[in-house]
Amino acid sequence: MDVYLPIANLSVNALVIVLLGGGVGLLSGMFGVGGGFLTTPLLIVYGIPPTVAAASAASQVTGSSVSGAIAHYRRGGVDVKMGVVLVVGGVLGSLFGAWLFKLLQATGQIDTTIAVIYVLLLGSIGGLMLKESVETVLATRAGRAPKAARRRHHPLVAALPLRWRFYGSGLYISPLAPLILGFLTGILTILLGIGGGFVLVPAMIYMLGMAAQVVVGTSLFQILFVTAAATMVHATTTKAVDIVLAALLLVGSVIGAQVGARMAQKMKPEYLRMALAVIVLLVAARIALGLGWRPDEIYSIELS
Amino acid sequence: MKRRAFLPIVLAPLLMGQAKPVLVPDVSQRNIEIAYSFTGAELLLFGAILYPGGRARNERPADIVVVVKGPTQSVLVREKEKIAGIWVNAQRMRYRSAPSFYAIASSRPIAKLVDDRTAAIYELGLDSLQLSPASGAAAPEQARFDAGLVDLKKRAGLYVQSPGAVEITDGVLYRARVTIPARVPVGRFTAETFLIRDGRVLAAAVRDIEIRKSGFERFIAIAADQWSILYGLTAVALSVALGWGAGWVARRV
Repeated sequence: MDVYLPIANLSVNALVIVLLGGGVGLLSGMFGVGGGFLTTPLLIVYGIPPTVAAASAASQVTGSSVSGAIAHYRRGGVDVKMGVVLVVGGVLGSLFGAWLFKLLQATGQIDTTIAVIYVLLLGSIGGLMLKESVETVLATRAGRAPKAARRRHHPLVAALPLRWRFYGSGLYISPLAPLILGFLTGILTILLGIGGGFVLVPAMIYMLGMAAQVVVGTSLFQILFVTAAATMVHATTTKAVDIVLAALLLVGSVIGAQVGARMAQKMKPEYLRMALAVIVLLVAARIALGLGWRPDEIYSIELS
Repeated sequence: MKRRAFLPIVLAPLLMGQAKPVLVPDVSQRNIEIAYSFTGAELLLFGAILYPGGRARNERPADIVVVVKGPTQSVLVREKEKIAGIWVNAQRMRYRSAPSFYAIASSRPIAKLVDDRTAAIYELGLDSLQLSPASGAAAPEQARFDAGLVDLKKRAGLYVQSPGAVEITDGVLYRARVTIPARVPVGRFTAETFLIRDGRVLAAAVRDIEIRKSGFERFIAIAADQWSILYGLTAVALSVALGWGAGWVARRV
């Protein structure tokens, strides 16, 4: 079934887009990530202009994180205070990101920048997650308890001034740490059309040392608000949000997210993390190859 | 006596002018509306070649070339180069007026109909497009970028060259089909028809075709452009509502 996208100015197969949204939604429900890191590249491969892809993927991430965020909130899995600090950072970051986006677009380096950020981020975080999850799995298999005494948070975080108590996360740290973290993910949201969950979740665990039971919920809380802000920023600056494309993606992803959330309850978290790490590394490897290999298209056209 | 001998020479241009065939062109659609299921349109360009005083038996048949052009765009073409192991955009070239869409159909290959100069004047063929590059670059570099632009557009189905696609029936009626893909921008398109014989353009005619979004698609495009804050809020509300709705349903099944 072909549907014409009024902003992207082309027609797509609606079923393909819905299924794409569904697949990404499944992953987002399972891992508590937005899934934008898959949507944007897949849409670009399908032929959607990169700006429209990034802008519309952001609203899809909003949709797939809503029900997750509500579910976690009911279970008390959201540290609202921490979340608000992250959101404030995220909104500031998305405004800065919009400025950066324009700058990079003018110099023609936006595609390369996006690809390099993807490779660096996905590569390092995927590697870190894989290492940690494999260690945990091996330790459980061997019958040993996972290392009990873990460093609570990164020494750099402890060095920041002005400490607040975050009861939900069981932390007494400076709000500057989550603010900076939120700011950085806000930039990523605008540039890459991603929620930033795959950056946030590991950063919350390894950098801030947050209590595990609030990590996913708080990350979804932040993603929900920051992607909504990013959609607004895109709608008013690049005017590249295609509501028809977003709706198609949403229909698939909200259903996928529910299915994924149910599947996640039956699986062990360390195996989930391992699976996510593998997916993240595969995406990173594919993009890295794209940077090094001779591209299919040497030339590219943009309207000016 | 002298006068009579002179007469045919004076009248010759007039007589030839009278013998010159006339073109009566038309297109199947003057308006193309883009609606939700738009996957492209097929345009039929047809018409008649009128030979005043009938077509002489020994007269050579004329050829028809039809060109459909989309609104021109100012574009920036970038070229990737391998720098420090990765492929990045390096050089660029700006074109002030590249047609967004260009389709040419002819009854015989263009090269057999006209010489390069005539082709350049009437912009007949992809090699003869007037792209008007804005930067004064060296000729080989210019040609490289031109080829890159044309090749990219060609593979996107936006630049089409189909020699032999114009059918001429009995040397009088002609028709050609031009496919307009869904990826074209909206705006005023032109359908030009050329009557060519002996390497010269005998007659030319232009018809305008308006391509525009209609109904819901038009509303969305206008909303996104003019009421961007409201549009953004709608997009956010839609995603929140759908996400929340799915969660609500999931808790009850």
